[in-house]
Amino acid sequence: MLSQLPALQVVIPLIAAPLCVVLRNKEIACLVSQVVSILSFLISLILLQQVLQEGIISYALGGWLAPVGIEYRLDILNSFILVIISGISSIVTLYSKKSVNFEIESEKIYLFYTGYLLMFSGLLGMTITGDAFNVFVFIEISSLSSYAMIAMGKDRRAVSAAFTYLVMGTVGATFFLIGVGLMYSMTGTLNMADLAERLPKVYDTKAILVSFAFISIGILLKLALFPLHLWLPNAYTYAPSVVSAFLSATATKVAIYILIRFGYSVFGSDFVFSKYPTAEILASLSIIAIVVCSIVAIFQTNIKRLLAFSSLAQVGYIVLGISFNNINGLTAAIVHIFNHALSKGALFLAMGCVAIVIGSVKIKDINGLGKKMPFTAFAIVISGLSLIGVPLTAGFISKWYLVLGAIDKGWWPLAIILLLTSLLALVYVWRVVEVMYFRSDPNSPEVKEAPLSMVIPLYILVAMTIYFGIETSFSAGLANEAAEYILGISE
Amino acid sequence: MELVISHINYWVAILLMMIGFYALIARGNLVKTIVGLNIFQASVFLLYITFGKVSGGTAPILQKNTELYSNPLPHVLILTAIVVGVATTSLGLALVVRIYESYGTIEEDEIAELDSKEED
Repeated sequence: MLSQLPALQVVIPLIAAPLCVVLRNKEIACLVSQVVSILSFLISLILLQQVLQEGIISYALGGWLAPVGIEYRLDILNSFILVIISGISSIVTLYSKKSVNFEIESEKIYLFYTGYLLMFSGLLGMTITGDAFNVFVFIEISSLSSYAMIAMGKDRRAVSAAFTYLVMGTVGATFFLIGVGLMYSMTGTLNMADLAERLPKVYDTKAILVSFAFISIGILLKLALFPLHLWLPNAYTYAPSVVSAFLSATATKVAIYILIRFGYSVFGSDFVFSKYPTAEILASLSIIAIVVCSIVAIFQTNIKRLLAFSSLAQVGYIVLGISFNNINGLTAAIVHIFNHALSKGALFLAMGCVAIVIGSVKIKDINGLGKKMPFTAFAIVISGLSLIGVPLTAGFISKWYLVLGAIDKGWWPLAIILLLTSLLALVYVWRVVEVMYFRSDPNSPEVKEAPLSMVIPLYILVAMTIYFGIETSFSAGLANEAAEYILGISE
Repeated sequence: MELVISHINYWVAILLMMIGFYALIARGNLVKTIVGLNIFQASVFLLYITFGKVSGGTAPILQKNTELYSNPLPHVLILTAIVVGVATTSLGLALVVRIYESYGTIEEDEIAELDSKEED
């Protein structure tokens, strides 16, 4: 049973999805997705523990051994990412019931959970697989369901946002497919570990260079690095709150994982960073993303949109860490995947609470929220502090490693820019906080705090934001080990 | 010229890719965008099938008196990709229908104009 866990990790949500369609009951669908998420979370924790004790786990799907068959391969990095995805999913599904009842038409709710489970299993599959073509298949499973989920938003702009995302997402995935095809034509294998061995022999060919270009552009589209981010703001703004929270915390993060996996493990940092100015390109795009998107975030009137632009800036921080190609930079990237998932997940969940009580997530409508909904408002403050990177919150840890990485790399001015951009984050978080606490609106109707079933999951995330800002041996410690492992492979 | 003729499959794939890509990025009718997406994907399918060809090899069906087969793996991969493409197309068209229902148009610039009026 234990040896089958890698397959069960993906298969359980995949089977639960059609189950929800067959049962056609919104209560049961909600329960099924909660149980499945928690089960997946437990499996991922067991797998992480096995990896920590025994090293890499290789699972041959259907008994066909790698490199011929599809291999599920778990190392420290992807088992850590699996824990993040399934943990966030557990919290989001526990939170979801009231929010989904409010935002989705009653007869479509079972379909909502079906799509959710498919998206969940797609993301788990992308993370766990050790086969390049299998990554494409799982990218499409998760993307197709996320297009449908975004289109379920109340506003009609949700549908056009989903369409834009569909077009750009498909181009990204197809670029990835071209890249994988070119790699296959040069090496005759699709298994990632096998590719890593065979690629060095053909490093100098144009086909591999083109394949690298297609794969990286495809993935960068998926993770929404500036200037390939155009699909993201509308998609996050108009999607249902639960979907925004889950996508922002996991979907772009898994794409970042794929970037690390292909950049460092498959192509290898010798090829990626020594031969071509990849580090310079990625770093300058990330800096632009951080500065431009933070400034744009300041001027937003819709808080979900503000958070979407803030997400783009945070993706910039993560990719910047990857571009450093040193231990501290990569640790910063991996730990920020975790920390940002916590704080941005919490912020979008808090927006779900605001939406259900006030009916709007515009800045002008939340005057005096600090008095009306003290718990939600306080959660927004703490998670906002983590976005800025204030000490004693999780966000500080990642910024700290990022600055160390910049110094190790010898890019001193970057360290200063990083500190200055935190001030931009301070401005956009302050705009929300100011309206919540220092403005009152005597005419506004009396409202109560959001239901407890939504506030408690929200506070689990908030508590973790603080906990992992103080006790870092799980998050930063694991990220550090994963970074060492990933850099060790490519040397 | 020789380069073109000996690699005709690749050139056709590149040509189709560019046609599809142009149809995608030229702002216009959403259905045309989907058509562009399909052409774009089809070019990648052709590219894969080309990789699978082994010079002098026959179709990969086990039979007597043949030793050299084309590589069947790209065919299988592309079968998967075609299924994905069909799913994408149908989802895209379904979204177009819903856009038409709520906006009353499927011209991209008209939708953008309607959206900008709603912005506050």
